[in-house]
Amino acid sequence: MAVVKVTRPKLNSGEKMYLGAIMKGFVITMKHAIASLRGKTRGASDLASSGLGATMQYPEQKWDEHLPEYYRGAPALVTDEQDRERCVSCQLCEFICPPKAIKITPGEIPSDDPWAKVEKRPKEFEIDMIRCIYCGMCEEVCPEQAIYLRKDYAITGLSRADMVHDKKKLYEIGGKRVGLVNKWNELK
Amino acid sequence: MDLATLLIILAKVIGLTFMVVLPLVPISVYFERRFSAIIQDRVGPNRVGVPLTLLGAKKDFSFFGLIQPMADGLKLFLKEDFTPSHVRKAFYWLAPALTVVPSLVTVCVVPFGSDLVVNGEHHKLVIADLDVGPLFIFAISSLTVYGITLAGWSSNSKFPFIGGVRSTAQMISYEIALGLSIVPVLLYYGDLNLSNIVQKQADNGWLLLPLWGASAPWNNGGDYTAWLFWIPAMIAFVIFTTSVFAETNRMPFDLPECETELVGGYHTEYSSMKFAMFFMGEYAAMVIGSALVVTLFLGGWSLGFGIDAAISDVTVFGVGIGGLIHMAIFMAKVVAFILFFILVRWTVPRFRYDQLMRLGWVIFFEAALINVFLAALVVAAPQYGPAITVGGLIVLAIVTGALVWVLKVSERKALPAAA
Repeated sequence: MAVVKVTRPKLNSGEKMYLGAIMKGFVITMKHAIASLRGKTRGASDLASSGLGATMQYPEQKWDEHLPEYYRGAPALVTDEQDRERCVSCQLCEFICPPKAIKITPGEIPSDDPWAKVEKRPKEFEIDMIRCIYCGMCEEVCPEQAIYLRKDYAITGLSRADMVHDKKKLYEIGGKRVGLVNKWNELK
Repeated sequence: MDLATLLIILAKVIGLTFMVVLPLVPISVYFERRFSAIIQDRVGPNRVGVPLTLLGAKKDFSFFGLIQPMADGLKLFLKEDFTPSHVRKAFYWLAPALTVVPSLVTVCVVPFGSDLVVNGEHHKLVIADLDVGPLFIFAISSLTVYGITLAGWSSNSKFPFIGGVRSTAQMISYEIALGLSIVPVLLYYGDLNLSNIVQKQADNGWLLLPLWGASAPWNNGGDYTAWLFWIPAMIAFVIFTTSVFAETNRMPFDLPECETELVGGYHTEYSSMKFAMFFMGEYAAMVIGSALVVTLFLGGWSLGFGIDAAISDVTVFGVGIGGLIHMAIFMAKVVAFILFFILVRWTVPRFRYDQLMRLGWVIFFEAALINVFLAALVVAAPQYGPAITVGGLIVLAIVTGALVWVLKVSERKALPAAA
């Protein structure tokens, strides 16, 4: 690689005095201060600023409608259009999960069930949200498109046990997603 | 000394130190946080207030977060006061007090307002009306460096030690410029009593705003001394203000606690209230510094434009409260100057250590010295006539030119060998 020699810029005597640069600095900082007091900070309107600077006042205002499509929030399980749980407990997500946050107890689907041909579903599915790093690998690895990162970000709890999302909670967050794969749907 | 005098002195000490200057410390911390926030397009602390929702009200009473300093103080009180085992205990405990106390002692010579008249008796709004005001302030405030040095040394750890050493070097360097830069001011007023200096500024125009009273040429028969003196006064003001920044270890010169290099500097090993005392010491020094700048250069408690005599005579129910109005004006000026301190902190990046030393020893020291002669020339010009004045100016110009030449020559470095 070519070597680029960077020399210090030659300063003229005005620049060496330094006072002009300080004045320029004052002008810049005061410009920001005045703009932020008038609520005219650049980007304030795009960011739904509360009036001072570009800051949104969090619990009162939320960023939810600004969340991008690719936002990675809490992972959750989804059902298909026939309310069948998509997860077939293959445990790939459990294996891929870098912080080992996912714990699956597989169970068989009894033969009298309409979806008996799917053979397996999770008996229990737990994601420890203290461990989860929101990397999205579970979503990527899932062959059934059963686990998705949704836009929930305020995951709180008063104890460690509260922070473990069980199967019920995961389906509650995930809800229903239609029109993805119809592997098990005979009608389509 | 009778009991009444003693009580008045006690009232002044408690009133001015603990009711006026100490509350300014948390207020300036609050201003620092809010002002820096709006400079950086943020909001700053605006939440802490009275939690009325806990009592069933609809909304909290946040009051722009003005209660934040109290919350900070409470937090620092409640934190664990940890003394590491490797420190020199006696000095380690002494150091925080040594940084706070000198700053608060210097309050006693600052004139806060004109006289307060009670029952026909005039009471000066200054704790000790010393005739050596500025000298007393320099003598006491330079003791602050002992606190910092002792903190650095007694912590028995390398980063605090470097911080303490840096602080010592910095204080010594800027003390000279600080002292020399106000010599022109003292030459002009011929007085070392801060109350008298402010009184003169109230009557005859501020040092940096000589537009009324005897300093205006249309009032004193065409004497332009006060206007000519504006030049050395402005130079003195710049040098003095910058040196005050260095003395208080504020941002462009905060190398003793420079967190990118020295973790936390001299207070790395301190926690809880001991750390808070360093913090308070820094802000108290800032308050005193701006009080001093306002007193010497910006007219102290005077409102200016020749209406101070009228304010001094304001009387309500037989009590001359003009002094209190003047005190409010003084406080407003001090707060405005503190805001300037804060603006500088969030505008100017930190100096490198050699730049700091060069600025102190090579530039400010020489500039202050030349400024003393320039001021003396301006003050003496009406007595000695034009011939001697012009001669003096020529000598001064030659000396200045020689100094600048020496500066340039000494700075010339050998060019690095071409590779």
